[in-house]
Amino acid sequence: MLGLRKKPFSGGIHPRGHKELTENTAIVSSEEPRRVCLSLQQRNGVVLRSHVNVGDTIVKGQLVASGPNDMCVPLHAPINGVVEAIQPHVSAHPSGLKTNTLMIKGNGDPTWGIPHVPCDTSKLTPEEIIQRVLDAGIVGLGGAGFPSGLKLRFARQKGVKTLLLNGGECEPYLTCDDRLMREKAAEIAEGAALMVRAIGCEQAIIAIEDNKPDSISTMQSAVADRPNLSVQIVPSLYPMGSERHLIKAVTGHTVPPGQLSTEIGILVHNVATAQAVFEAVRYQRPLIRRVMTISGGALEQPTNLIVAMGTLVSDLIARCGGLKMEAARLVAGGPMMGQVLPSPFVPIDKSIGGILALSADEIRAEQSHDCVRCGRCVNACPMGLMPFQMAAHSRVSDLDGARHFGLDNCLLCGACSYVCPSRIPLVQYFQHARSSLNASRTMERKSAHARQLTEARQARLMREAEAKKAAKAARSKTRKRPARTPRKKADSTDSTPTSN
Amino acid sequence: MVQFTPVAGPHTHGGTSTTHLMFLVIAALVPATVFGLYLFGINAVIVLLACVSSAVLFEYIGLKLLGKSTHSALDGSAILTGWLLALSLPPSTPWWIAVSGVFFAIVIGKTVFGGLGQNPFNPAMLGRVMLLICFPVELTDWRLPNPPQQGADGLLLGEQWLSTNAIDGVSAATPLSQLTGALPSLSELTTGHHAGSLGETSALLILLGGLFLIWRGIIHWRIPATLLLSIAIPAAISHAIAPESFGSASAHVLSGGAMLAAFFIATDMVTSPTSPKGQILFGIGCGVLIWLIRTFGSYPEGVAFAVLIMNATTPVIDHYLKPAVFGQPNRFSL
Repeated sequence: MLGLRKKPFSGGIHPRGHKELTENTAIVSSEEPRRVCLSLQQRNGVVLRSHVNVGDTIVKGQLVASGPNDMCVPLHAPINGVVEAIQPHVSAHPSGLKTNTLMIKGNGDPTWGIPHVPCDTSKLTPEEIIQRVLDAGIVGLGGAGFPSGLKLRFARQKGVKTLLLNGGECEPYLTCDDRLMREKAAEIAEGAALMVRAIGCEQAIIAIEDNKPDSISTMQSAVADRPNLSVQIVPSLYPMGSERHLIKAVTGHTVPPGQLSTEIGILVHNVATAQAVFEAVRYQRPLIRRVMTISGGALEQPTNLIVAMGTLVSDLIARCGGLKMEAARLVAGGPMMGQVLPSPFVPIDKSIGGILALSADEIRAEQSHDCVRCGRCVNACPMGLMPFQMAAHSRVSDLDGARHFGLDNCLLCGACSYVCPSRIPLVQYFQHARSSLNASRTMERKSAHARQLTEARQARLMREAEAKKAAKAARSKTRKRPARTPRKKADSTDSTPTSN
Repeated sequence: MVQFTPVAGPHTHGGTSTTHLMFLVIAALVPATVFGLYLFGINAVIVLLACVSSAVLFEYIGLKLLGKSTHSALDGSAILTGWLLALSLPPSTPWWIAVSGVFFAIVIGKTVFGGLGQNPFNPAMLGRVMLLICFPVELTDWRLPNPPQQGADGLLLGEQWLSTNAIDGVSAATPLSQLTGALPSLSELTTGHHAGSLGETSALLILLGGLFLIWRGIIHWRIPATLLLSIAIPAAISHAIAPESFGSASAHVLSGGAMLAAFFIATDMVTSPTSPKGQILFGIGCGVLIWLIRTFGSYPEGVAFAVLIMNATTPVIDHYLKPAVFGQPNRFSL
């Protein structure tokens, strides 16, 4: 039992949990939405190709769009209905970016279009398991949204020894993983076992924060008869859900900065992903719905809902009884790292784990003041950085200075902003600096590419010129004798390239 | 209605504010201050009031000059500066000397550098040193405490206690100026019944205030602990070698401004390093310098000088002693 008493890593904070709003009520499966909007543009910018046309009748679970490679997971229809339109619609991007979106009108029929009969998973080879995970369009449900099948395949190639299932759920308000572990413990355990086989690793450890005693006991009994699965309790400390910090808390190992956890033989997946893997492998069901926490002080009835992909946020809020007061901010994800939603008509995608309608009292927005160098951010930073220095440098766009104090290692977890007594929007500065850095890197790459092309062109031209010269020399050598006598004529033919 | 302007997370906050921190520090100073007023009487009250009110006034003027919001004059930082300066002055200081010290502290020490958070030196100690150099007589005029006595018919307030004239009263040596001679007893040093600055006499009450701050997480133990240890260790060694020429560790730690410096002055957020390693180095530097100045310097007290010297090193310390990045192997971290 490592580190129940001791803090497993330096820094970290204990934000107010607000989990009591939703943690004691069962997951509700919401009725079939009347309409869903599936964005064809994925989070990484790749645009999927639609396999359906306007007016087509589609069935629940049908493949409707796919990408050029495995980096883009396929998209399946979450409901039965008709494709109404394919047109730009606001996406979950904070800027309110409009992307090409499949609008599907539902007919209210909840049955799957294709029967999904359970299969004997013990006969599947690891590659078959991975392929099923890829085909089901599963991405990490913890928020990063990386294709899970690719992660499994990569871990298999790297010879990962331990699979770590992240049941930390350190973000305040969110309880969807907690509820899922309490209600679907057996499915999570089976999903974990399947992933262990797919990777070919030795064991899976399910890490759960100590503020979820019910989840711990349910998961413990679910893995009791599986020798290669175990549950480990980790202290509740934000950001325990960060991959590096969870690994440190569970195994005591640290992942060197700039490296992936697979380098030290560990792969981290979310518990909800394990449950999705179970459904995908056992029933060959695509990922078309997920459990989400709809919460916040401005919401009438905070609930954990099973939500079909593409449901509009406004529909979810209406499903939870609407707003009881003015919501000062609508957030996708948790309050620490979540992103402000640009509009209530944003559709849910696979990597959104919660919707929060926060009241002004919860946000506690206040005017920011001068930094007093109190050092609370330094103590809170889980990465061992100096946030106030990074912010001071970022503010004047001294990006190298900000990098000197650790900008590249920043998780953007927001622990520094949470404790800052001067209310400095540190994360906003870091995001600004990061995007400026990215922009300048892109510029550099572009100009390097352009330079490369120019140099290549020049080299080619030179080569051609030389080849021409050599050819000319060779030619003139061969006809040296005959060319001698009509000297003036030979000169004139040489200078006109058309004569070649 | 929902507001849809994009802002970065976190979308919640712990709730602390700079003002809150400042007033908690002031609250922690209250016991030692009240005890100082009880010991030294009306003139001490005048010094404290003059310092605090003039600090707010000068801060207000400074903010006006800087073009910043004048609401910040009452955010506690100016009050704290004035308060700390008052505590470090002799209780018999004339009020106009105290006010000129505050002027130097706030305007020259802070506003000139750009206001709160920008000053490289602890403003209170800057004011203290200016006064010590400009008014050496008044700043070393120590009085014996003259607390109210329990008389036959109620409290008996001594003439000196009630006097607002600084000339009255019995001058006495502070424990520091006679570190090797006839010292007050250890219990006197702890409880504060001896001559000294307004708020520095009771080591016990300052310690209580400091522990309160550590408990509330306002300050970290690193600076106070290392500072006091770095006074105590050289003092103990030298005292063991030559007791007749070096003061003992307990006398060094419990007398003068050492306690106040350890918990309230060296821990000043603006002018001390922020990294754990840096704070330890800073504490050690302050402690050793205090001991060196007290022992070999021409001034009996070295707290203000030591803190100012270490303040000057803070940017360098913060630049070189960064915390270890999480995951980086083979790095000593605290």
